[in-house]
Amino acid sequence: MLAFAIRRVVLAAIVAFAVSIVGFGLLRLSGDPAIAMAGPSGTSADIAHIRHEYGFDKPLPVQYWNWMRRAVSGNLGDSYYFRMPVTTMLEQRLPITLTLGVCALLFALVLSLPLGVLAALRPNSWMDRVALTLSVVGQALPSFWFGLMLIVLLGVMFPILPPSGSGSWQHFVMPTIVLGYYATPAFMRLTRTGMLEVLQSDYIRTARAKGLPRWRVVLKHALRNAIIPVVSLAAVQFGFMLGGSIIVETVFGLGGAGYLAWESISRADFPTVQAIVLVYSGFYIVLTLLADLANAWLDPRMRG
Amino acid sequence: MEPVAITVSDVAFGPTPARKLLRRIAAHHGFILGAAILAVMVAMALLAPMVAPYDPNHQDLLHRLTPPIWHAKGTWAHPLGTDQFGRDYWSRILFGAHISLMIGFIAAIISGLIGTTLGVAAGYFGGKIDAAVTLLLTIRLSMPVVLVALAVVGLTGGSLSVVIMVLGFLLWDRFLVVTRSATMQIRKTGYVTAARAVGCSTARIVLSEILPNIINPLVVVITLEMAHAVILEASLSFLGMGVQPPTPEWGLMIAESKNYLLFDPWLIGIPGTALFLLVMSINLLGDGIRDVTAPEARN
Repeated sequence: MLAFAIRRVVLAAIVAFAVSIVGFGLLRLSGDPAIAMAGPSGTSADIAHIRHEYGFDKPLPVQYWNWMRRAVSGNLGDSYYFRMPVTTMLEQRLPITLTLGVCALLFALVLSLPLGVLAALRPNSWMDRVALTLSVVGQALPSFWFGLMLIVLLGVMFPILPPSGSGSWQHFVMPTIVLGYYATPAFMRLTRTGMLEVLQSDYIRTARAKGLPRWRVVLKHALRNAIIPVVSLAAVQFGFMLGGSIIVETVFGLGGAGYLAWESISRADFPTVQAIVLVYSGFYIVLTLLADLANAWLDPRMRG
Repeated sequence: MEPVAITVSDVAFGPTPARKLLRRIAAHHGFILGAAILAVMVAMALLAPMVAPYDPNHQDLLHRLTPPIWHAKGTWAHPLGTDQFGRDYWSRILFGAHISLMIGFIAAIISGLIGTTLGVAAGYFGGKIDAAVTLLLTIRLSMPVVLVALAVVGLTGGSLSVVIMVLGFLLWDRFLVVTRSATMQIRKTGYVTAARAVGCSTARIVLSEILPNIINPLVVVITLEMAHAVILEASLSFLGMGVQPPTPEWGLMIAESKNYLLFDPWLIGIPGTALFLLVMSINLLGDGIRDVTAPEARN
């Protein structure tokens, strides 16, 4: 287990390093920060000055090294647009995004686990069909449009929720529904498949033959095993949700890191965009690492 | 004698594989529904220049915000109404189908080429190549698609070709996963060993033994990724980082009508429904193809 853990941590470190290079390179190739900083009225002399001042005239590897050296010590640079340290902004914004992510994950699990189990208990029943329809719709529903429709319905026609902003817990309800529903189909399918498989196994038949009540067999014996792959999917889905939060937060004007990503991209605020790419990827890498370690701990066959 | 006669007639008159496939398709409601909606969408996209009653960018400021036909004030001159610039919504929806399908299709083909090449190489050669490709996949999966696509398109300044390239270069992960494991299985089969034993070149084995046998799962992934690309592209355009105005693109149409949400909700309702139906039809068709070609993979 220790050998597996060490190997897995080293791999995560390599991936994190590679992601930081790819992220840095991609953004630098996409645009010129000096031109973006000089703004529309900047002359070529201004641009040359900025280029020299901020070190954009140095070779990319040198710029990367300088950026990374500071990033490791917790300094992600200053935002060009907001004129404040990126780290400070992330400290304010990330809790909102993480709250939204956790709420959406819980919403998705609360919706998909019971539906997935019920669908697996009676394949091809009406319950299975309801679950299937919900998942087909969920996969095709563009989250930005679903969000706007919810605003029309619950914010305007029946004004029970605030249509946008981030002041109170009510502001999180609609974004949670939209982001959570986006993740539901994958959970539902995996729960259903896992349950179908487990329900056919010998120990379930034994448990039933012993005369245990049906609900007990389903909840205690079957679900516990069917749910193991759901744990690693949750880590992956949480990473996807961070990406999805950019769209959802922008639609609802929820001032988290996702909204900050959109704001900084539309203002060509390079240090902020770079930091968000790094932080979001970091979350994904750490979460999948933890999920793999948890799986290996639960199931020794995974330690290969 | 009797049993032999039955066997012979079975062999002679039993359903051919093609007919069996057709029967499975006919019995699969999702496949039929998806194919039907997608056929309508493709027809709309291809015939848009001929069928559209107006130029999608023609502004008629005297007839702004005409409601659609099911509304009391609707008129047949503009069946889906007009937007805030008096542009005919039906014409814009038609041309929008063209753009969404084109972006989705080309992006899926580009990512399919990248993912399949990497996946087949990893699955066929294994060892160090497999390890390198797997590392590449892990790196790609660690970078959130929406964020990277938004940043690259936004910082480059959005255009149709940039959007297509960025999506094409981001969505290859599922192609890789599927072709890698399929190739690994096929590599161990007798016919590949036989082909190698008679001295076939690697290129020939890949092209004539492996690719034909992974084509079914590949088609399924193409549809899934095409749907994915369509929805992502609309999201980018909605956020103002994709295709630029005045292009008749569904996500952009929704973004432009956001301020009319209150009094003219159909302005966002119509392009959103079109987008939903397109993505759903592609997904249904993909699931349908998977079910009828590999019924054992259903669950």
